[in-house]
Amino acid sequence: MNVLDCVEVKMHFPVGKRALLHAVDDVSFSIGEGESVGLVGESGCGKSTLVRLVARMLDPTAGDIIYRGRNIGFIPSRSFAGTQFRRRIQMVFQDATDSLNPRHTAFDAIAEPVRRLGTAGNLAGQVVDTARKVGLPEELLPRYPHQLSGGQKARVGIARAIVLQPDLLVLDEPTAALDVSVQATILRLLAELKASLGMSYLFVSHDLNVVRMLCDRVIVMYLGRIVEQGPAEELFLRPGHPYTRALVNAIPSIGGRPADREVLHGEPRSPINPDPNVCRFFGRCPEQRDRCRKEAPPLRQVRPGVQLACHFA
Amino acid sequence: MNAATLRHVRYVATQNPVTLAAFLMFTALVLLAIAGPWIAPYDPLASDTANALKPPSARNWFGTDSLGRDILSRIMVAARLDFGIAVSAVAASFAIGATLGALAGFFGGWADRIIGRIADTIMAFPLFVLAMGIVAALGNTVANIVLATAIINLPFYIRVSRAEVNVRRNAGYVEAARLAGNSDLRVLALHVFPNVLPPMMVQISLNMGWAILNAAGLSFIGLGVRPPQAEWGIMVAEGATYIISGEWWVALFPGAVLMLAVFTFNLLGDGLRDVMDPRMRT
Amino acid sequence: MSLLEVRDLSLEFRTRSGTVHALEHVNLEVAKGETLGIVGESGSGKSVLCFAMLRILDAAARITSGSIAFAGMDMLRASESSLQQVRGREISMIFQNPRTALNPIRRVGRQIEDVLATHSATLRDQLKPKAIEALAKVRIPDPERRYRAYPFELSGGQCQRVMIALALACDPQLLIADEPTTGLDVTTQAAIMQLVSDLARERGMATILITHDLALASEYCDRIVVMHAGHMVEAAPTEALFRAPAHPYTARLIASTPAPGQSIATLASVPGNLPDLRRVDLPSCRFQERCERALPECVTGTLPTSIADPGHLVRCFNPL
Repeated sequence: MNVLDCVEVKMHFPVGKRALLHAVDDVSFSIGEGESVGLVGESGCGKSTLVRLVARMLDPTAGDIIYRGRNIGFIPSRSFAGTQFRRRIQMVFQDATDSLNPRHTAFDAIAEPVRRLGTAGNLAGQVVDTARKVGLPEELLPRYPHQLSGGQKARVGIARAIVLQPDLLVLDEPTAALDVSVQATILRLLAELKASLGMSYLFVSHDLNVVRMLCDRVIVMYLGRIVEQGPAEELFLRPGHPYTRALVNAIPSIGGRPADREVLHGEPRSPINPDPNVCRFFGRCPEQRDRCRKEAPPLRQVRPGVQLACHFA
Repeated sequence: MNAATLRHVRYVATQNPVTLAAFLMFTALVLLAIAGPWIAPYDPLASDTANALKPPSARNWFGTDSLGRDILSRIMVAARLDFGIAVSAVAASFAIGATLGALAGFFGGWADRIIGRIADTIMAFPLFVLAMGIVAALGNTVANIVLATAIINLPFYIRVSRAEVNVRRNAGYVEAARLAGNSDLRVLALHVFPNVLPPMMVQISLNMGWAILNAAGLSFIGLGVRPPQAEWGIMVAEGATYIISGEWWVALFPGAVLMLAVFTFNLLGDGLRDVMDPRMRT
Repeated sequence: MSLLEVRDLSLEFRTRSGTVHALEHVNLEVAKGETLGIVGESGSGKSVLCFAMLRILDAAARITSGSIAFAGMDMLRASESSLQQVRGREISMIFQNPRTALNPIRRVGRQIEDVLATHSATLRDQLKPKAIEALAKVRIPDPERRYRAYPFELSGGQCQRVMIALALACDPQLLIADEPTTGLDVTTQAAIMQLVSDLARERGMATILITHDLALASEYCDRIVVMHAGHMVEAAPTEALFRAPAHPYTARLIASTPAPGQSIATLASVPGNLPDLRRVDLPSCRFQERCERALPECVTGTLPTSIADPGHLVRCFNPL
């Protein structure tokens, strides 16, 4: 049984009186036991919204969010904190500075989930244990966030997310605010923890090389829809969707610009009341043809394990 | 209060001499409020018409008023009353106003609309006139001064609290608190509100000064505290009539002490905020 | 012939908690038409260096030694009025977070007109067409309509293009780009960098690209300067820097940058933390405490400048 199944999840936000912003549209995917799934896409593609839906901090407009066979999408986000599922799905945030309460010490931050959702017996023991697991020295626990370095704050953020040993960890750009010299240590920590605690990951990052390094499968989103899904290595070596191809080629690499880098011209289409008969990528796609304007391509399986939403892939 | 907090207070006090001065003056005021009646040299209510309107001397440091009462003693005893009124009014105003504002700022929607209208209604009146109206309608008692002051200050706290909570409503640590299993109300009370306190400290302190001034103002025009009770405002009122005839001390000393008290509270606000802000802790 | 020359620049900040030795003995040269990359992590001093070049430092900053010369002009001794002639006209700068760098309550077209009015001899009735032309040059679609837009109506990428238009309105000789694509998507980044690169080549304009992204610098820069904790540790032509890095920090930085297809086991990190720049007992080489090749001289000796190859400088006692 999969840890997570999302079935045709939609998130539409009302804009003004008659318009709807389609932040997430008909997104379906699964995360298996111990699997690490990467989620990539440009800003505005809906990945932050999707991630908050999965973590049940937002309620979907439609669709099912299923955790180990149980439909948790129906539980309103307001009351989710009181259910047994809250401790099973946790999140690591992008900006550790913003996500740590400035009035709470590192100890308080890690202890909070235990106090609220766990068994508070031997609280100090649990906190110290988890701190050790993430490589946070015990003497730093009484410190406040402003007394910690970027890497240390990141560790506190991870510690508090894993202290209750969740099944699914959602990571929203966990190393984006860190210097590259510190990044590797945190990434290795995440890889180790996944193995030792048997967690599944939903890993959002704009750094595609990192996603390729840590994830088994990758989902590419564009304007609220999934445009491609497949095993990480394959997706990066042989991207099927024109957007994925542009994305992969745009990654800077030591060694100079690739000759086939295609710079995307044109503006992204509007996510407000999008025309259901036009491909979302139309207008920027280097391979667009007339058909793309008349019929939106559905997401379909082109090979085992690989899905694409394009007429011509 | 543990050792670290005390060390921090000392650090804040020494960093800024003005803050230190404010702390000291505040302490002096508090002591005066507590011990006033016992350390006053003379009975503040004892009239001695033979000694009326005597200028400051070795016997009466601040002189005597029209009924021969020692002004210094009256000022010292009045500290307790003025202080008490200010603290009660501000405490009540803060407790109710900050809570309403926090609910409005966090939950928005109907809560925000209703609470907003309440604040707007109060603010539609010139505040001092509203206070006068409340005291005049309900009766000339100290309790009603407190009530009136508390009411006219409500919108102030509602607004500040609402704005500060609103800014923090979508902070990362709020989301994290929800993920840790806190209900919305707990998130507001235990995670957001404590972060809102430091900026509110300045407001509370400024407000204390204003509350004292308000109480004094009401007494000055004859609403609220009645003679022969000693209160700074009423003493200034009594002394006002004697300025022209040359007995300047009757109004000046209570007025000066009133000014000093308000000044102290204004300076105190900044110092309090620095103490409460954990970022100042090195 | 150098367009910009920084010689032996040292700079400190006076703060309540001590003096921060932000830059020490920094040497830098930019030739006409060249693209120079300044690569460093947070706290390396790369942004401060560029603010110093334009003399737009904080009041607490003090330049304690060295010189900065732009096209022969002594930037440190120049008067504020002559500096104002240079900023925006001869040297322009674009910043990170383009939306916050633009005036939020003024239409973007007007902002471009402001620059034109101040720094060029454009006639009043020519301002609007020139502004629209500037927008078209930075490849903003539909420039007539976008001329009337406010910054909040534009995307991050479009705001950055507007900033570039502002910066290039008066055809400067040098463009300083401070992390211009941090925070932008990788596809937008590619478009913006290509735009800057094309425009620079067209006009023979020199560019300084400040970034923490080594890979980005490798793609667009002719030469790269690596900075660490206020020191310039290595400077070399791009190809040479990556083929044979001479400074241990540079080598570590390269090894910490994820490459496509790299496995996590081979990803390196740099141990330790940046030294506190307020310390009075800083070692001569500020990387000493984090370096596995450290020698006793690294603490007390005078940091040498060795020349590994022509144009390849490294400041190290024990280079690779």
